[in-house]
This record gives sequence, structure tokens and C-alpha cells, in this order.
Amino acid sequence: MRAAMKQVSGAVAAVPPPADHVVVKGLSKGFAGQPLYADFDLTLSRGSFVSVFGPNGCGKSTLINMISGILPMDRGSVLFDGRPVSETRIGYVFQNYREAVFPWLRAIDNIRYPLKFLPLSKAEREARVEALLASFDVKLDLNRYPYEMSGGQQQLVSIMRALVVDPEVLFLDEPFSALDYEMTLFLRDRLQHVLEGRGVTSLLVSHDLDEAVFMADEVLLLTKRPTTVAARIAFDAPRPRTADTTVTADFVRVKAECLEIFQREVRR
Amino acid sequence: MMFSRIGRGVQALVGALILIAIWEVVVVLRLVDPVLLPGPGDALRSFWDGLVHGTLWVDFSRTIWRTAASFAIAVVVAVPLGIVLGASERVYGAVEFLIDFFRSTPASAMFPLFLVLFGVGDFTKIAVAAFGAALVILFNVAYGVMNARKQRQLAARVMGAGPLRVMVDVTVWESLPQTFVGLRNGVSIALVIVIVAEMFIGSTDGLGQRIMNAQMVFDMPQMYAAIFAAGVLGYGLNLLFIALERRFVHWSGK
Repeated sequence: MRAAMKQVSGAVAAVPPPADHVVVKGLSKGFAGQPLYADFDLTLSRGSFVSVFGPNGCGKSTLINMISGILPMDRGSVLFDGRPVSETRIGYVFQNYREAVFPWLRAIDNIRYPLKFLPLSKAEREARVEALLASFDVKLDLNRYPYEMSGGQQQLVSIMRALVVDPEVLFLDEPFSALDYEMTLFLRDRLQHVLEGRGVTSLLVSHDLDEAVFMADEVLLLTKRPTTVAARIAFDAPRPRTADTTVTADFVRVKAECLEIFQREVRR
Repeated sequence: MMFSRIGRGVQALVGALILIAIWEVVVVLRLVDPVLLPGPGDALRSFWDGLVHGTLWVDFSRTIWRTAASFAIAVVVAVPLGIVLGASERVYGAVEFLIDFFRSTPASAMFPLFLVLFGVGDFTKIAVAAFGAALVILFNVAYGVMNARKQRQLAARVMGAGPLRVMVDVTVWESLPQTFVGLRNGVSIALVIVIVAEMFIGSTDGLGQRIMNAQMVFDMPQMYAAIFAAGVLGYGLNLLFIALERRFVHWSGK
């Protein structure tokens, strides 16, 4: 009996977790009587980095807001390994970092904030924060208040705050679009570095096709409203990706393919 | 930076000196009956004597005490109530008219009512002042809560905060700049009402009563001294609240 149990538990441990992580089924959402999403289905595999790209007004942000539970949907279900969002650790990075960080808290306390919702001891929390800071490896005085920092530094704090809980799913809503180019390159690089090997399923909304492709394992192209999936294009260039990645034949081909589909959808 | 700060201080002083100079000229040239308008020197001497030898300090402290008491009552009642009302736009909508109506009613018009309710004692003055201040504070706190940045509330929610935590960790902080506007207006309204109450509802002390008495016996230097004391008090309270705001709402406007 005991041997049998052992065998069973051994067998369970050997089975890898299912590849499907996030499952969206029958999602519907309308604004002012106009359907934006009708019976929309989407499955994201575990640990993949998916960039969402599509025409203006197709509801890219709306989609990740509904999946992350920020915005209620009219109908449908979103499950993470079969569990609702309330039972899932998620991280969310807003485009407008100024109105996302808490200006009354020092940067370090902003980063610590979400840990208070996890059942961790004080020592465990501090260890988490330390580990995260070490993995980002940036020189930054985190005892300052957000308003004493540059925009890029504030967004960096915002990204750290999203990652400190060790999220199962990370949502990024145009996180770099309000930043200058230098800072964008730097943050993309840091984010890639930190996500490396963590297996976080990530969903990035971007309005910059280069960025969408550069960051992605897969580009999710959307149609005009009512929105459906136009195509899913894989991009499996090795990581860490650098500026050199953007001149490889593979990158150019994937980008061209995405652009063609995008333009076809815009014209439709 | 340093220079411009000094410069601004000098500038402010220049305005005051010009006013005093005009006052002196008017008195020296006897443009106004000297009984009605004593020189600035006489008024200042009366102020100083009142503070050091006389009872000005007693009246001053009575007025401070009444203003502080009424302000404290107003804060204790209005801040929690404002948060609760502001948290639900539907609830605020239901009482908005009442708040706006009483906020627009001159608090001095309520004196007779409060006299009937609480008699002629100290508490009546404090109660009317608290009433006037509370409405302004309530209004501002409620608006601060209602206008809290939605995205910060969302950010807290998405990190796992429940409604109460969002309220405590985000909304209350978000409302602080507007709350301080209410506190600053509230304390100055409390002072105004306390002074008026001291003038007209049976007082034996306080700056309002002192101004009134000095006027009745035509002791003009004394009257100007008391008016000046009231001005110092009002200005001091304003400075105090600006300093408190800088300290506690350091992120405001940044």
C-alpha cells in the first residue's frame, strides 16, 4: 500500500505541469452597445512571453485588463491553471508609472508593498526584496521618493514591484512608451535579464512592432473590432537578445510577416 | 535660490513698511481724526503693553483655545464622515445638497439657534465655529476621496488589496492634499466665527470681546492692537498649516 502510494506520488511529480497556463474562453465585452470582443478564445502556454499587437482601438489594453481582472468582462471566463485570477499571483505594470507608484511611500516601500498580501514572514519578505534587487543589478537610491526620480527610474520601481511577488503571470501595458529611447533600451534589457529562467508567463501590450517582436516568444496579432486573433507568429531567437538580434534574418522575416498581417487588418 | 528667497522676504517687508509709512503720513498730516486713527507707534505700544503688562495675552489665549477646540471637534467629526461619504458617490449625492446648503449659509446666522440649544456659555461659541469648520472640511475630504486617482486604486487592487485596504493604503492618502485645503479653510473659518461670537454673544474675554470693548470706550490704540493680534493669529495659523502640509503631503504637486 505504502509502496503503491509512493509510486503514485512519484508518478505525479514526474508529470510536467500542463503546457496551457492561461485559458480565456468565450470572452465578450462591449462598449456603448458596440461589441469589442465577442466569444473570444485564447490560450497562453506556460512561461511564454506573448506580445499583443494590433490596430488602434482594437482593445489591446482592454484585453489584458480583463485577463488581469482589472476590468470586468461581460461574459466569459479566464482561468490560470484552472483557478481564477483572485487565486493567482500576478504582476501588472502600467504605462503611466506616475499614477501607478505611490508617491507617499519611498521607492523601496513601493517595491515591498505587494508582499504584505502574501503569507510571508518579515525575514522572508526582506530576502525576496534583496534577491530581486540583486537580480536587477542596478545602482539606484531606493530610499528616495518616486517624485525625486526620473521617469525611467519610476518605471523601474514599478516593474520591480510587479516582480517582487514572484508572479505566475506578468502583465505589461505599454510599459516603455512614455520613456525616452535610452531608458527603453535599458529597461527592456533589464526585464529580459530578470525574466530569464523564471518561467513567468508574460503578456506585453506594445504599439511598437520592433519592440513587440524583440521581446516576444510569440506575437499575438489582433484584428479590428469586433476583435479576433488575426495570427500568432512565433519568434524563437535565442536569449538574451541584443541589438544584434534586430538585424538577423529571422527577426526581419518575423517582423515583415507581422507587418503584412497588421496592414491587411488595418485596411480591412 | 537663496538670494531670491531673501529677496522675496525683503519684498514682503517693503509692502508692510509702505503701509505703515502711509499710515504715519495720514496721522501726521491729520487727514483723519486722530481719535479714530492713532499713529502706528501708539498702536504698537498698546499692543506691546497689552501683551507684557495687560490682559491682551489672556484674551489672545482664550481665542486660541476656542478656535483650537472648535477645530478639533470639526476634524474629529468631519474627516471620518467625509471619507465615508466620499467612498460612495451615491451616498454623497444624497447629502450633497444639504452640505452645499449649510456650507453656503453664513454660520453667524446660526447663532440664535445655537444660543437656544446650548445657552450663552463658552460651548455655544465653540459649537457654532465647529459647525462652520466641519462643513468645509467634510466637503473637501469627501471630494478628495472621490477624486482619488483610479489607477493607483487599481494598482493596489491588482496587487491583492481588498476594498478596505485600497481605502486605507491608497484612497485616504490620495485625498490628503484636498483634505489639507479643507483643514486650512476650516481653521480660518473657525477663527472668524469665534471672533464674531466673542463680539456678540455674551463674552467676558477673547479678542473679539476686546476689540468690541475698546471700540465702545474709544480706546483706539487698544482696538488696533487687538485687531492686529487677531491678524497675527490668523496669519500664524495659515503658516502653521502650510508647514504641516509640506511635512505630511510632501508629494503634493510633484
